[in-house]
Amino acid sequence: MAENPIIEIRNVCKRFGQVTAVDNVSLNIMPGEFFVLLGPSGCGKTTLLRMIAGFELPTEGQILIDGQDMARVPPNKRPVNMVFQSYAVFPHMSVADNVGYGLKIAGVGGAERESRVREALELVKLDGFGARKPNQLSGGQRQRVALARSLVMRPKVLLLDEPLSALDAKLRAQMQFELADLQDQVGITFITVTHDQDEALSMAGRIAVMNKGEVAQLASPSDLYEFPANRFVADFVGSVNLFEGKLTLDEPDRAAVDCPGLGKVYLNHGVTGPHGADVWVAIRPEKIQLHVPGEGKAIRGAAEDAPEGHNFARGTIKGMSYLGDITLFEIRLESGAMLRVSRPNMSRRDQEDFTWDDKVSMHWRADSPVVLLS
Amino acid sequence: MIALFARFGRGRTPVAPLEYTRRWWMRGWVGLVLLFLYLPLITLIAFSFNDSRRNIVWRGFTLDYYDKALNNTSLMEALLNSLTIAALATAVSVVLGSLAALWLWRFRFPFKAGAEGVMALPIVVPEICMGVAMLVFFARIGFPTDLVWPFNLGAITIAHITFCFPFVTMVVRSRLTSFNREEEEAAKDLGASEWQALRDVLIPHMMPGIVAGALLAFTLSLDDFVITFFTSGPNTITFPVKIYSMVRFSVTPEVNAASAMVIAITVILTTVALKLQSRSGISAQGH
Repeated sequence: MAENPIIEIRNVCKRFGQVTAVDNVSLNIMPGEFFVLLGPSGCGKTTLLRMIAGFELPTEGQILIDGQDMARVPPNKRPVNMVFQSYAVFPHMSVADNVGYGLKIAGVGGAERESRVREALELVKLDGFGARKPNQLSGGQRQRVALARSLVMRPKVLLLDEPLSALDAKLRAQMQFELADLQDQVGITFITVTHDQDEALSMAGRIAVMNKGEVAQLASPSDLYEFPANRFVADFVGSVNLFEGKLTLDEPDRAAVDCPGLGKVYLNHGVTGPHGADVWVAIRPEKIQLHVPGEGKAIRGAAEDAPEGHNFARGTIKGMSYLGDITLFEIRLESGAMLRVSRPNMSRRDQEDFTWDDKVSMHWRADSPVVLLS
Repeated sequence: MIALFARFGRGRTPVAPLEYTRRWWMRGWVGLVLLFLYLPLITLIAFSFNDSRRNIVWRGFTLDYYDKALNNTSLMEALLNSLTIAALATAVSVVLGSLAALWLWRFRFPFKAGAEGVMALPIVVPEICMGVAMLVFFARIGFPTDLVWPFNLGAITIAHITFCFPFVTMVVRSRLTSFNREEEEAAKDLGASEWQALRDVLIPHMMPGIVAGALLAFTLSLDDFVITFFTSGPNTITFPVKIYSMVRFSVTPEVNAASAMVIAITVILTTVALKLQSRSGISAQGH
């Protein structure tokens, strides 16, 4: 059964004078999805969200919500609700009045309004806070009020603008789970805007990475991380080592790239790029293994699943940062290029294995590197 | 002697850099400022109880002059005129001023800086010029002067609105700069129309500014002399103008008593307004 998208964005452009904020974006968002718009500041993600809410009008293109063209529908008539970055909780109203505001405007009467407000407050775990004023709440609680205020309207789509950016790290991690849970519970489509990749990866069903007003990639969190489509995505989502190189071998089941900076990189799958083309190789820091030179297989200069002389590098440790769960190494390769490697601290003394200026060798598996054509 | 000094020194905690209230010279300075500010007012009120016609030396306590002032029909008429004008001018100024503030805050239009400047003009133009301008203006358009009360106060009220509403605009406008626009958008997002968002979100935020502006307008109107002097006719004497004409003959405790009553009225009104404002819980500071 082909489901109809709840939100259809068709070739939407938004220009502010000379500046193009959103450039020909088309997206289909499905009912019940947890969709995240991810990108650096100024990439147009918030503008896109505000166009869905109705606070901005597209310069070109169409936005359809539940099959209806929204071009002439003002924000107060759209079946979507928004949680604002500043939460925008009304300071002169009690928590219950805040949550009940939309219902009051909609003409929902006393008893029903009261019970729905109570339900919404329970949903966000604020039961008993109804009589408080917003200035008696913490930031996290105010955000829950904003959430309840939107959810009580039973919107078709809930829009969240940087919902966690103002919270401290611990609370943010907790809210990531809670938001995902909440979305599961209410079954409403969530569209979240964020610049925080951890937030996006942990909550989203699908992520659209935006760059300069365009969608750079649309994928699930793991696809986005493991199979980035281009250098921008590889670099923006997670941390990555990027090396320029030339494609020297490209067959359906294997490929090789010669990188002046890194050496010969072998892949156990094809990349379908033009032979001899300039490409980029991306390797995540955690997918590189560090060895003391002369230890095990690495001494022969090859990883087990790659031909002799491939997927192997030597270097000197120039920087180290111990982060508790992992240690990050900055390694200067023999070519002079820098390589970033992370290493899990699986036992308590692991971080003592290496230190500054140690000579090390590295290898990685043939399925670890990603070849990027753009 | 040394022991005494030492004990004195030990008992004192050192004065911290920001503890200005613990420095004797600072206290003295504050005392002097307060004295200069309030001594004239205190004297005025004290001498309103003075049992003497000449009102130069203290001759004993009496309430006679309050009685006399309250029974002085022309003085009471002037006071009633003043209060009526002040109330009308405040009401109109608050509406006009708040609308102007909203207009300046919300919209972008050509010559906006110019518009803001023009808005502040009645504040900076010397009162005497305003007074003369008003006089010429009302004479030129032939504003009727022989209307029945309270319509005969029209000219003065219009003149007062002219210089009162820019104050309301300034206060409300500066209040609006702290408004979080997302609140208005949130209201609309929840289904509120433009008007409902204004009523439920924007006006509650503006309220402290509106109240402050109203207080300013009321007191400015109540004690205005120069502009009123030029625009009032023989039948539309206001309180300050009346006091002025009384003082020209002699400063009797009756003048003091009348003035003390006006001070009391303004203090009471201000207190009530501030109380109302804090009770309605407009604590819109924290976001």
